[in-house]
Amino acid sequence: MIRHALSTRLWHWINAAAIIVLFMSGLTISNAHRYLYWGDYGFDPKDAWLAVIKFPTWATIPQHYNLAVARDWHILAAWPFAIGLLFIWAAMLANGHFRRNLVTKPADWTPGAVLASVKSHSGGAAQGYNPVQKILYGGVFGVLLPLMVFTGLAISPGFQAAAPWLLEVLGGRQSARSLHFIASWAIFGFFVVHILLALANWRLILAMITGGGRKAEPSAPAPDKGEPAHG
Amino acid sequence: MVDLPRRSLLAGIAALGAGACAKINESETTRSLVGAAEDGHRAVHRALAGKQGLVPEYTRAERSPTFKGNGTVTIANPFYQEQLAKGFADWTLEVRGLVETPMRLTLADIRALPQRTQITRHDCVEGWSAIGEWQGPQLSALLDAAKVRAEAKFIIFRCADVLYGRDYYESVDMVDAYHPQTIIAHSLNGEPIPEKNGAPLRMRIERQLGYKHAKYLTAIEAVASFDNVGQGKGGFWEDVGGYQWYAGI
Repeated sequence: MIRHALSTRLWHWINAAAIIVLFMSGLTISNAHRYLYWGDYGFDPKDAWLAVIKFPTWATIPQHYNLAVARDWHILAAWPFAIGLLFIWAAMLANGHFRRNLVTKPADWTPGAVLASVKSHSGGAAQGYNPVQKILYGGVFGVLLPLMVFTGLAISPGFQAAAPWLLEVLGGRQSARSLHFIASWAIFGFFVVHILLALANWRLILAMITGGGRKAEPSAPAPDKGEPAHG
Repeated sequence: MVDLPRRSLLAGIAALGAGACAKINESETTRSLVGAAEDGHRAVHRALAGKQGLVPEYTRAERSPTFKGNGTVTIANPFYQEQLAKGFADWTLEVRGLVETPMRLTLADIRALPQRTQITRHDCVEGWSAIGEWQGPQLSALLDAAKVRAEAKFIIFRCADVLYGRDYYESVDMVDAYHPQTIIAHSLNGEPIPEKNGAPLRMRIERQLGYKHAKYLTAIEAVASFDNVGQGKGGFWEDVGGYQWYAGI
């Protein structure tokens, strides 16, 4: 088994805590106006593209409807989330984790490569991530997590004065709000799969805490030496 | 007057009895962190956008077809209803507090001042947005005419509406008070402001959420602190529901 870098482990758990707080307080915020729109404005449920369910209070922060408290938690947890994302990107680029484990080759995107990943369920310690893992992790790091930060900033009426271009790029405030919602559920989907797969091999969870029981084995192929390589 | 379902207040009160999460939430550490974050957000926004940084303005074609009314949408008070019926002929706006020259202006006085027209987006804390064209004098013009004293740190907006048995009010610091898009609007989409949207006068605080945009305006008051204002948190929803005073997020 190969070790996770300290930066990876630290970020993983801080980010996990931030995401749980953000998601659960976000459900309360969704309950405050359960309709999503495209474009700049939107307030009439008749114009909504989606009427969201009312999320039960057992799933929300706080555990009853209180928008003010939910907002306090949400924008507090946004700081470790956003700063952490910046940190892990810098760390991944600096220590080679990104180049070694996340960058895909064109061949990784072929149906054959995807099928092979699923069938063999490769990607154990020594081989590095399989194409499906690379694509999923890359999508989370490169698309979903940054999208949460940018759409979140765009929803803020104070921040729009600093970066009006952000609203333009995202297609208006209500579009940004819709994208924020969609991306949050995509992250939730990843979260569920991620946890189920980790529970199936609990040593992976231990490795994310301790860094891995043993040092990199001498038999591991040279290019992957000293690097995390499990799902 | 603004933007929140009634249950949020009830839930806020009920929160006091809840379990461990409520304890964490009410803890000194959490409250001070949340307060620090609020001040931090204001500082970061001001640093990034500049004190005078403008929010985007829209074209007439980009306006929403109607403008949602929320919070207080009608005022039962007989004087208000009488004034509404006769175009607010006797309505006045007072400028008072820490100023050299207290003033009392009629709607005609306010319309006679240099005007600013802006088509902006209104974002409610609940999440919805509406876009409308507002017109009125800049607050800075009134503050300059009244000569605000140096010790004034905040501007309080007094309102005619009463919610949950309390007078609605709001406040901003001097940066937002002197922001070019901070106007005392008397018209929405070319017509006098409808009752549900705050007739006859409503503040526009464009870089903050809807609950800061005080409706049914009766007075503007310069103060040095919130000590003797409401419950001391700078606004109705801040006092009643624990909402953030800096509502730029």
